[in-house]
Amino acid sequence: MHMIIEKKQLSEQVYMMRVTAPLIAEARSPGQFIILQVDTDYGERIPLTISDANAEEGWIRIIFQTVGKTTIKLAELEEGEEIAAVLGPLGHPTHIENFGHAVCVGGGIGVAPMYPIAKALKEAGNKLTVIIGARSRDLVILEDDMRAIADQLIIVTDDGSYGRKALVTEPLKELCESDDKPDIAVAIGPPIMMKFAAETTRPYGVHTVVSLNTIMVDGTGMCGGCRVTVAGETKFVCVDGPEFDGHQVDFDNMMRRLQSYKPQEDKARHLCKLDAEADRLADKLPEKEQA
Amino acid sequence: MSHKSPAELRSEAQAALAEFRGLEKIRARDRLALPQQEMPAQDPIVRAGNMHEVTHGYFEEQARVEAERCLQCKNAPCVEGCPVRIDIPRFIGHIAEGDYAASLSVIREASLLPSICGRVCPQENQCQEYCTVGKSLKDIFKSVSIGRLERFAADRGAAIDASGATPLKGSVSRTVPEVKPATGKKVAVVGSGPAGITVAADVRREGHEVTIFEAFHKPGGVMVYGIPEFRLPKKIVEDELHTLEEMGVEIHTNFLVGRTRKLKDLIEKDGYDAVFIGTGAGLPRFMHIDGENFVGVFSANEFLTRSNLMKAYDRDRSDTPMPIPERVAVFGGGNVAMDAARTAIRIGSKKVSIIYRRSRVEMPARAEEVGHAEEEGVEFLLLKSPTRILGDENQTVIGIEVLDYELGEPDDSGRRRPVPIPGSESVIDLDTVIVAIGNDSNPLITRTTPELKANKWGNILTDEFGKTSMDKVYAGGDIVLGAATVILAMGEGRKAAASINRMLRGEADPVTEA
Ligand SMILES: Cc1cc2nc3c(=O)[nH]c(=O)nc-3n(C[C@H](O)[C@H](O)[C@H](O)COP(=O)(O)OP(=O)(O)OC[C@H]3O[C@@H](n4cnc5c(N)ncnc54)[C@H](O)[C@@H]3O)c2cc1C
Ligand SMILES: Cc1cc2nc3c(=O)[nH]c(=O)nc-3n(C[C@H](O)[C@H](O)[C@H](O)COP(=O)(O)OP(=O)(O)OC[C@H]3O[C@@H](n4cnc5c(N)ncnc54)[C@H](O)[C@@H]3O)c2cc1C
Ligand code: FES
Repeated sequence: MHMIIEKKQLSEQVYMMRVTAPLIAEARSPGQFIILQVDTDYGERIPLTISDANAEEGWIRIIFQTVGKTTIKLAELEEGEEIAAVLGPLGHPTHIENFGHAVCVGGGIGVAPMYPIAKALKEAGNKLTVIIGARSRDLVILEDDMRAIADQLIIVTDDGSYGRKALVTEPLKELCESDDKPDIAVAIGPPIMMKFAAETTRPYGVHTVVSLNTIMVDGTGMCGGCRVTVAGETKFVCVDGPEFDGHQVDFDNMMRRLQSYKPQEDKARHLCKLDAEADRLADKLPEKEQA
Repeated sequence: MSHKSPAELRSEAQAALAEFRGLEKIRARDRLALPQQEMPAQDPIVRAGNMHEVTHGYFEEQARVEAERCLQCKNAPCVEGCPVRIDIPRFIGHIAEGDYAASLSVIREASLLPSICGRVCPQENQCQEYCTVGKSLKDIFKSVSIGRLERFAADRGAAIDASGATPLKGSVSRTVPEVKPATGKKVAVVGSGPAGITVAADVRREGHEVTIFEAFHKPGGVMVYGIPEFRLPKKIVEDELHTLEEMGVEIHTNFLVGRTRKLKDLIEKDGYDAVFIGTGAGLPRFMHIDGENFVGVFSANEFLTRSNLMKAYDRDRSDTPMPIPERVAVFGGGNVAMDAARTAIRIGSKKVSIIYRRSRVEMPARAEEVGHAEEEGVEFLLLKSPTRILGDENQTVIGIEVLDYELGEPDDSGRRRPVPIPGSESVIDLDTVIVAIGNDSNPLITRTTPELKANKWGNILTDEFGKTSMDKVYAGGDIVLGAATVILAMGEGRKAAASINRMLRGEADPVTEA
């Protein structure tokens, strides 16, 4: 039984949900994820990171962007409704220790999975710098949560509508060149951002952890659909990851693989949007409240 | 192979039966002269376009003829070939008499899943390999069709009449096995494949509480996510699971032992008195050749899981996308490879080739599946092995390079070793590669449970009763044997269940000579 106990729209395409999942809340650690299904008959299994949890109260928090059929369907569920299937926690927890100065780079929706990791790094005694990157002001999420834990918070937007007008790699490079060079970097976001974040830190020898968001089916190591090439070897993101050494990941191959089902997905998303639009017009769905 | 229509097969059987019954005295040679009954099946052209079960099962007349072919050998060599030692002559005898309910009860004495095993057992390497009829006719493929008869008895018993044949005579409805009064003991079963299902049933019968923990959203193991509908209708597996639930077994899906809860916690925190691990061999092997991570390369597990478990073959209804392959190569020669190739045909591929390193006789797949695949238009490129996968600038598959092989001396497995022919490389243009070269055991449980001893392939080590190195913990099926068969998984499950039941009664396992 996985009931949605809170739902909030964080930006036009981003939603937050707190969901009851006592066993997962108890077992999970930062860096781990779940696989969920909105319906177990014909529904797809999609991975989402556990962006926070409370073991005593028995809930986990997910933050997701509506990019396709399943995330759109998920966003249509309301408080009090159930998510049909939730499996987890999956993947290896993040390796947390006091490295010294830790910089966490979150791009777009990647800020959500970054949050528990940043929090754990802070609790382990690290000096914490957080860089949040987004396309524009309304896509910046979890700013307050991050501000509460970071020693330094840098916000950049592509269009300059908030914070600095820059890509996340700019402040990251400056940090690497500063006297306060980070001892570890964690980058989570779109693959292209992770790739360039890793390229940015490489010359400075700053160990850079990335969390990969490949296509998945089972999430238990059974299908190999999530495989990536890391240091020339095939790894399964769901069981060997999701975190890897960003300097060793073949991002180009990963990005190609993410596009494997693009034609089918585009069609499904299009149909899904049409359905939602038709429902709205027919006045069945209330307009989504703005957060 | 020419395809005979079900109606033809039925009338031929009627005629053969009438003639046989007209005989004054029946001698062994009259039985040997009876025509072996072919399995009625959907027309190959029609079935290549649907997911329905390929074979219909015997008509009653056919089952009677086939049962009469059995010589009722006193020494019953076939029983030796059966991993769970079903009393084969006795169950066949009941079919010959028309008492199908009695026949099914005989099978059920030894096997828990007859309608499944009747469909998927590799009979030609088991019971039918030893059949005297096959030996007398000097062709094991002419042995009594024990598997088809098993399926007939089981389907009649479950009141499934797939072919829409005559009203059922002597059929029995599905019965829920009796459960003894509650003992207050509880047992956790990890994994809901044939091994787990068997343990759950056998342990529950003794009155112990049983909970099955299954990682997927649907129970059934490979029988649900791997073996396609057209070979094993999901309804049959669902019925078996339903029976378990009626017996009071609880099935907890979306529960990954090792992650959702540690194995040790099941015992120490949740109070389970015993745990059985039946987590299967779910780690797909790859070949480690160039291009294996290109777009368009799948493990058979992924391809089949998308199609079966996620129903992606039903493109209009399923949310899970399915690739749209035109020209497909499947690497491997086992059941998994056949299932992947035949699924590819069914979702509309124009050309599907099996690429196998050895020759046809060495193929580990069930002979019937190889025959069916061929009828459906799957091409067999034998004595060839891929050396690399070729891709375009977008890292999308455009072809494969293969090397030719010839057969040399027999290797450890007794099969002739394939030897590469240098310089024989050639290129095949295609857009999809499915790798079906086998599965290793999934390391998740052993990685998260250091107390469990496993061998270098990750198979959990057990004693002859299925007991592992960890107190109160048992294991069986593919996680112990490596990728094997449904019947072996069931056999292992029975053994482990018996040992669990003894342990819970406070008895020791019997002493056997090592
Ligand atoms: C370990 C892991 C953790 C993740 N955590 C989160 C999270 O916390 N929040 C969140 O919003 N998303 C997260 N994702 C990504 C999320 O799983 C996908 O966005 C989701 O599967 C899309 O499903 P869909 O049916 O809505 O869209 P689809 O129709 O499947 O895809 C729509 C579009 O999104 C792209 N896409 C598909 N899958 C992914 C993916 N895995 N990553 C990026 N783009 C993708 C496709 O290229 C396609 O164009 C995570 C992925 C992984 C592997
Ligand atoms: C495509 C294919 C075709 C086959 N064809 C045939 C055939 O024709 N004839 C034949 O006899 N055999 C065939 N086999 C082999 C046969 O299916 C297996 O030998 C048999 O299913 C093994 O049974 P099992 O109970 O050990 O495990 P499985 O059937 O593999 O079931 C294991 C279950 O455990 C679950 N699990 C794994 N880890 C965990 C965990 N940590 N926590 C909770 N649950 C977990 C899995 O999700 C799975 O459902 C085929 C196999 C495949 C893949
Ligand atoms: S998602 Fe299937 S192996 Fe990782």
